[in-house]
Amino acid sequence: MTPPKLTSMADAIARFVPAGASVCMGTALEAAIPFAAGHEIIRQRIPDLTLIGPISDMLFDQLIGAGCVARFVGAWVGNVSSGLGHNYRRAAEKGLPRPIAVEDHSNFTIALALLAATLGAPYIPTRSLLGTSFLDSNPAFKRAEDPYSGTPIVLVPAIVPDVTIVHVQRADMYGRCHLWGTVGISREAAFAARQVIVVAEEIWPTERIVADPNLILVPDLKVAAVVHEPFGALPSPVQGCYGRYHDFYARYHEASRTPEGFVRWLDDWVIGAGDWKGFLDRLGPDTLKQLVPKRPHLSEPQDYGA
Amino acid sequence: MGLSYTDRELMVIAAAREIDDGDVVFVGMRLPLLAFALAKRTHAPTALGLFENGIVRETPSDEMLFTMSDPPNLVGATWSTGTANMMGLLAQGLVDLGFIGGAEVDRFGNLNTSYVGDWRAPKVKLPGSGGAPDIACYAKRFVIVMPQERHRFVERVGYVTSVGHGDGGDWRRRHGVPGGGPVALITTLGVFRFDAASGEAYLASWHPGQSVDTVRAATGWTLRVAPDVRETPTPSPDELAIVRDCDPSGFWTR
Repeated sequence: MTPPKLTSMADAIARFVPAGASVCMGTALEAAIPFAAGHEIIRQRIPDLTLIGPISDMLFDQLIGAGCVARFVGAWVGNVSSGLGHNYRRAAEKGLPRPIAVEDHSNFTIALALLAATLGAPYIPTRSLLGTSFLDSNPAFKRAEDPYSGTPIVLVPAIVPDVTIVHVQRADMYGRCHLWGTVGISREAAFAARQVIVVAEEIWPTERIVADPNLILVPDLKVAAVVHEPFGALPSPVQGCYGRYHDFYARYHEASRTPEGFVRWLDDWVIGAGDWKGFLDRLGPDTLKQLVPKRPHLSEPQDYGA
Repeated sequence: MGLSYTDRELMVIAAAREIDDGDVVFVGMRLPLLAFALAKRTHAPTALGLFENGIVRETPSDEMLFTMSDPPNLVGATWSTGTANMMGLLAQGLVDLGFIGGAEVDRFGNLNTSYVGDWRAPKVKLPGSGGAPDIACYAKRFVIVMPQERHRFVERVGYVTSVGHGDGGDWRRRHGVPGGGPVALITTLGVFRFDAASGEAYLASWHPGQSVDTVRAATGWTLRVAPDVRETPTPSPDELAIVRDCDPSGFWTR
């Protein structure tokens, strides 16, 4: 029996996100982004991280602006409803607050790189990215010839993140977790990683989680820590729990236009907040109430009878 | 008396007209979200919508979407899976039409959303690619939707994020790129199409209020013009009403 892994966010980040780690986050695309975990990484000022993700809606821009990031491996960093990421631009163009290396992927190739890792495969071949400049700017990709057909292909090498952080609706204390709604590349990212931090809206008794083993995202042997953090993905949405807080993205876009503006934003919403409860207090109970779904939309239970 | 509408409303309506009934459509972000909803409610009721976060829908969402991962986009979905499977549908050649935006485009429909200037020391770091290169590679055809400004419509993009017709002719076939490439470029000023043999963009129509000359002035390559170039059909009252119903606050279109 695996030991309980339930711990605080501060402890999970301190123990499992060391300086220089490669961290995969935001794997459900615009949904279930682990903002609470990202803000704790910023508060602990963990340096030299490699961030891995498909697209990143605002979170990676915050970590880059806070100076935690040495390298980004993925497809897109910005603000989906408001535009580009000001911190990402400053880091890539001017080295502010520190230089950042970028290894460009598309959404497909980042999925393939993680999928390869889940299969123990060294690489996966694809036709995507043929003829693009990715093959020049990211030396990880190799042009090759399909040994069967003789046609051109691109080899996408496996990526094994040191840690993948996922935000889910519910988990048990051992890390078996249920994620539904938009999943993006969450399955591949969690299964590919050396270790997983699970951040859950709710902690459920084991028997109620394992009653639906098909819905469990990743085997618990991958999970290093479980953190109970209600509303921990805000302002991104979590299916069945809360919607996306769109205004927050627009306000961040304006606030982060200048380095000074971003520092003020960081002081207000991350450093000054102290912890996630502080962030939620700043949002206020009325905002949380407005984001909760107006009506449930229940699926049918499965009968696992033997 | 003419109807009043915005550039972006006209772009949504022009994009919706590119969707044929029965098409499997890789729906992108922003304006194409609305174009898909409009087409479904008008001339393409059986079109199928795919979203790269893993969602398949037969009907547009009931609520206005800011992103494809907003919870209302799951309600009524006919499949919810992962991104790899959505890309798998593309790679299997099952997607008829995809939509892509861009920061820079060239006369062969190659797109740059990655770097302005040398990628080793970029003048501007753009957000990146998302799934656009994958759509551009595999979709049977794709449509580019972007605002037209001369400095964004360049002879040759400095970085190819998403392939169009390469340097023209049978470039895609020679490079082993399976999809059909771009068929239309919808801008704030007009609609371009691509010559089937040369792969080069030509102006097919200018939007009401524009002209061949105003489009030429905002195009950074030697503009080719269709022999039958004409005005883009103006939006019908029904089309406009549906766009406004889908985007009631005007977040995307005002």
